[in-house]
Amino acid sequence: SSWWSHVEMGPPDPILGVTEAFKRDTNSKKMNLGVGAYRDDNGKPYVLNCVRKAEAMIASKKMDKEYLPIGGLADFTRASAELALGENSEAFKSGRYVTVQGISGTGSLRIGANFLQRFFKPSRDVYLPKPSWGNHTPIFRDAGMQLQAYRYYDPKTCSLDFSGAMDDISKIPEKSIILLHACAHNPTGVDPRQEQWKELAALVKKRNLLVYFDMAYQGFASGDINRDAWAVRYFIEQGINVVLSQSYAKNMGLYGERAGAFTVICSDAEEAKRVESQLKILIRPMYSNPPINGARIASIILNTPELRKEW
Amino acid sequence: QIGSVQSLGGTGALRIGAEFLRRWYNGNNNTATPVYISTPSWENHNSVFVDAGFKDIRTYHYWDAAKRGLDLQGLLDDMEKAPEFSIFILHACAHNPTGTDPTPDQWKQIAAVMKRRFLFPFFDSAYQGFASGSLDKDAWAVRYFVSEGFELFCAQSFSKNFGLYNERVGNLTVVGKDADNVQRVLSQMEKIVRTTWSNPPSQGARIVATTLTSPQLFAEWYDNVKTMADRVLLMRSELRSRLESLGTPGTWNHITEQIGMFSFTGLNPKQVEYMIKEKHIYLMASGRINMCGLTTKNLDYVAKSIHEAVTKIQ
Repeated sequence: SSWWSHVEMGPPDPILGVTEAFKRDTNSKKMNLGVGAYRDDNGKPYVLNCVRKAEAMIASKKMDKEYLPIGGLADFTRASAELALGENSEAFKSGRYVTVQGISGTGSLRIGANFLQRFFKPSRDVYLPKPSWGNHTPIFRDAGMQLQAYRYYDPKTCSLDFSGAMDDISKIPEKSIILLHACAHNPTGVDPRQEQWKELAALVKKRNLLVYFDMAYQGFASGDINRDAWAVRYFIEQGINVVLSQSYAKNMGLYGERAGAFTVICSDAEEAKRVESQLKILIRPMYSNPPINGARIASIILNTPELRKEW
Repeated sequence: QIGSVQSLGGTGALRIGAEFLRRWYNGNNNTATPVYISTPSWENHNSVFVDAGFKDIRTYHYWDAAKRGLDLQGLLDDMEKAPEFSIFILHACAHNPTGTDPTPDQWKQIAAVMKRRFLFPFFDSAYQGFASGSLDKDAWAVRYFVSEGFELFCAQSFSKNFGLYNERVGNLTVVGKDADNVQRVLSQMEKIVRTTWSNPPSQGARIVATTLTSPQLFAEWYDNVKTMADRVLLMRSELRSRLESLGTPGTWNHITEQIGMFSFTGLNPKQVEYMIKEKHIYLMASGRINMCGLTTKNLDYVAKSIHEAVTKIQ
């Protein structure tokens, strides 16, 4: 007999299942609109030109393979923070933040979820928009948090149910955690307008909620890096010390390289150091230290003016 | 009967395995299942299983400081006394930090007790090929357990034997009774992976896969690994012979009998402090040194420093 006789077959991933069915289809007219990756006009994956250049630069330098620090590649984490917060951000310039490298968006979300489970004492409740990315729920659940929801999408109008969202959020118990999609809401594609973001910011501040931003599409949504990060930056300017997860899977096409970052905006640089030390303690028993390749590519692009422009 | 999940280094493989065991082993979500880790072991083993949710982490005897070798009897006694179904973390080869491995005969004894007591073997294989220079020799224990019909996990790392440290290439291998069991296990492991990192980094795995599946590259890799292992073996024999020539008090055969990257020198914390403060030679408080840090250029200095530490400090 086996130790595993009672282990149930896990259900197939709902998103990947669509692609699997597509692959099995022999019809010549088939097309896959389920895939969550960018495709060019020929339906092919697109590797960015600036990425190829960065890869060539990396190869030519013949760098070693020494372990990264637990928190990741410093040039990458610093550039990621600056990308999200903006170079003129007071929080960025004062150093009252910590950014650690994460395994793309999922890994960064999970680090944050684990951090909140361990250090956010007031509540176990994470409020997600209805609907949200399917993986948000199991990520937070596996981290030991509880999931709640606030109204977001109005199926009658195929747009934002703003009054419903404001109504629900106004009733969220103080010191709960609320997750917001920074831009290009997944799966609805419906984002608040800037005036609506302002009202949301005022409300979450009034309710004293911990804000968790998931930003997986900065630049990819509108084509404008700063515009897509507007909500994140506005909230921070309003004195809301957010936590933030970033992904480079889509906006740099680095999908399989797993480049991402998790940021905590803190009261001051000293607090940031303490938070950083605890994030490292969380990361070490998960995978010790992060993979270098994607972070190096992203770092070279972000820190090399010509490449950043090309990106 | 075998399946595997690519992981972020050996650590990632251990973590996915631990998370799976916590959810599905010995009942459902049985956080009370004892997990046994050798004394000493790699420090992160403890954290991996704690963070995976296990509440009862215990130690098993391993290192005999007096005789500077394996405390086999202590180990076997701990296994006899362990509750049935306990999980045991076993180092497949090149035990970290002691460099002391059971002999094949000793492994057979260990396996016999584990089989009788229904103990679960979770192998940590971070040095296959790197330890002895032979891939097969370094995998002997794992293969023996498989041949004895155990269901087991083996966390593999390619950090050292491929030198791919920062690419985070690892693999959690699952050996089960049959394909159906293994498939169900993998499907649940995928769910754990999905909420931890979604999917693993491609770069390092591509390098390993390309190498292992190409006869020419495989042969070249085998050679490269042997080069690394041989240099470590050379440093071991050179250090030992220098200490014996100097007449350093104590016995030093353990330096060449131990295997892998690390050596438990036997230096006590005060002697270690001397090495660091007076000689600027940095090592762990446990007396563990990384043999890879030795070179033909620094061997003399290190040997003389150890000699001083042992003769001056008690």
